[in-house]
Amino acid sequence: MEYLIQQLINGLTLGAIYGLIAIGYTMVYGIIGMINFAHGEVYMIGAFISIIAFTILGPFGFASPVLAIVIVLAVALIFTSVYGWAIERIAYRPLRGSFRLAPLISAIGVSIFLQNYVHMLQGAKMKPIQPVVRGGFVLAQEGNFVVQITYLQIGIIVATVALMAGFTYLIQRTSLGRAQRACEQDRKMAALLGVDVDRTISLTFVMGAALAAIAGLIFTLYYGAVDFFIGFLAGLKAFTAAVLGGIGSLPGAMLGGVLIGLIEAFWSAYFPIAYKDVAVFGILVVVLIFRPTGLLGRPDIEKV
Amino acid sequence: MASQKFAGAVREAASVALVALLLAIPLVGFRLVDGLRGLTIDTRFDWVAWGVSAVFLGRLAIALSGTTRRLLPDLKSVGAALSNLPGGLSRFAGGAMLIGALLLPIVPFADRYVVEIAITVLIYVMLGWGLNIVVGLAGLLDLGYVAFYAVGAYSYALLSINFGWSFWLCLPVAGLLAAAFGVMLGFPVLRLRGDYLAIVTLGFGEMIRIILLNWKDFSGGPNGISSIPRPDFFGFPFARTAEEGQTTFHQLFGLEFSPMHRIVFLYYLILILAMLTNLFTLRMRRLPLGRAWEALREDEIACRALGINPTMIKLSAFALGAMFGGFAGAFFATRQGFISPESFSFIESAVILAIVVLGGMGSQIGVVIAAAFLILVPEFLRDFSQYRMVLFGMAMVLIMLWRPQGLVSHRSPSARLGGHA
Repeated sequence: MEYLIQQLINGLTLGAIYGLIAIGYTMVYGIIGMINFAHGEVYMIGAFISIIAFTILGPFGFASPVLAIVIVLAVALIFTSVYGWAIERIAYRPLRGSFRLAPLISAIGVSIFLQNYVHMLQGAKMKPIQPVVRGGFVLAQEGNFVVQITYLQIGIIVATVALMAGFTYLIQRTSLGRAQRACEQDRKMAALLGVDVDRTISLTFVMGAALAAIAGLIFTLYYGAVDFFIGFLAGLKAFTAAVLGGIGSLPGAMLGGVLIGLIEAFWSAYFPIAYKDVAVFGILVVVLIFRPTGLLGRPDIEKV
Repeated sequence: MASQKFAGAVREAASVALVALLLAIPLVGFRLVDGLRGLTIDTRFDWVAWGVSAVFLGRLAIALSGTTRRLLPDLKSVGAALSNLPGGLSRFAGGAMLIGALLLPIVPFADRYVVEIAITVLIYVMLGWGLNIVVGLAGLLDLGYVAFYAVGAYSYALLSINFGWSFWLCLPVAGLLAAAFGVMLGFPVLRLRGDYLAIVTLGFGEMIRIILLNWKDFSGGPNGISSIPRPDFFGFPFARTAEEGQTTFHQLFGLEFSPMHRIVFLYYLILILAMLTNLFTLRMRRLPLGRAWEALREDEIACRALGINPTMIKLSAFALGAMFGGFAGAFFATRQGFISPESFSFIESAVILAIVVLGGMGSQIGVVIAAAFLILVPEFLRDFSQYRMVLFGMAMVLIMLWRPQGLVSHRSPSARLGGHA
């Protein structure tokens, strides 16, 4: 029982990371109907910028971890958003209106480029940092086994819930959110009614990149090590989460992320850990067979 | 007027340079170094300065001369000229290539190295042609093609080692197994939108690799499988000395023993396999099934309205593409004599896809040129291997931006109303 609770906590934390990345996939898919294959790489870049910022701050000492995290967060948000914006501007916008596979193939190119660009500039080795936040609460104890929720895990879950609330507000209540929903439904009509479609799409990419940067920062804090390859698998799993929750739906993306996180944590706990990724993809296939629209998605109507 | 234009160009270039600066600062400007006590930072602001000034000047030059406008149509017309080659000429080019390929091992400069590279190129040509059925003809994006290649390679390796089956027996079995995997994977996802297929195939490719890596009793895990039997010439092995009761290839023909015999034999073997793939595709395009693939690629809703079952048609393309991947995999295993999961990573799928895309989806000659280009250029640029993948990714994006329909040519549907076949 104690073991189960511990896995639940670990799974939720992992799920928060996947959920935040999955929102980036789902928003972009909702608005321009393409899978932003390079999104996992944006997350990796967010993690790298975080670890670089932490290392620069290092000599000044972590007198207040909260302050350090806030500074790093601001840095990671700004620079990762520029990456998100530039990717859309350079590699996707010129292909809008081209045949359907063109942006996807371009996105694969971006993904390969970014991965090897970071590899080339920062080297292939895993980059470890000292833990920034230590300590936690002990929830229960049974013999030697301690169920613990760390301050970091609490922070991650609280931050994710707050972000979700903020995002829901943004989409439902602000003019930007309204413009995004309008573009999602009918881009041409939205343009006729005075919505700046290019700007809205750019901002969608920036928002997705910002969330990916937060996910990258969380990853850096939680696992304490980053390499250039983390984006590939995380991106795949986050996409799986987006599909599981129903692509195009924000709450769905978060729900899917949490489910994938839990599945991964429980699979690692009770089954051979090497096959945890196989389990995740297996679930993707099963979901697509029985519920292609995902848990919270709307049926996809194809128009001529 | 002129000064206004200049000021505008400078503003434009400055804003682009600012973005470049923001992109470059965090990842180029700072470098993480493993120090004695954890990570330390090294700065490279000179690189940032050089890069940003290059971007500024480049953008300024483009803005002032307006070259993009003038240069691009030129490049485009070159591409268009290539794709509008008269049918006879393109057939001539194909024939010339085939004759060249047939004669390659005989020409004087063809030493072992040249023939080995030619074999590698031909493997990729075959994989490209196989994937072309799926991506080029049926318009399905398969990002996990390497999984079928892996299925073929491991089928041959395991069947020949455990049961002693010969290459010729294993080849069809490997193809069938790969096709079976294709059906198994394709059936659930082919009913859905194309984008899902891309991700599911990608996930499937990773699944196969992870399973091969971890199921040690079956696949040997990360160590792979070694000492896979080499092919023999219809029962006559390529060896210096024959085993009891066997005749070697050189004894059969009364030749001096030479290790080149086997390599040349492998070369012709892959040439034949690749040409079979090509022939199959060319014939398929004239059959109702092939026509249905192309029709489905062009307009799925119209096809459904005409009573074509999209799932079954797509499934057949997927399975047949997978089958050729399996054949190529079996050949790869027997040629290398050693396989491990490392040979079947996502990047292989990306290279094969790039060959198809670069070649112009659906074009057979395009695939040959693209495969030769993508395999030979890195071979010559060994010293720059660090930059290879960076350039590769960049090239993929640029080709999509410049000519989404592919470099060499674009195959339009084989049949079309109004008689432009």
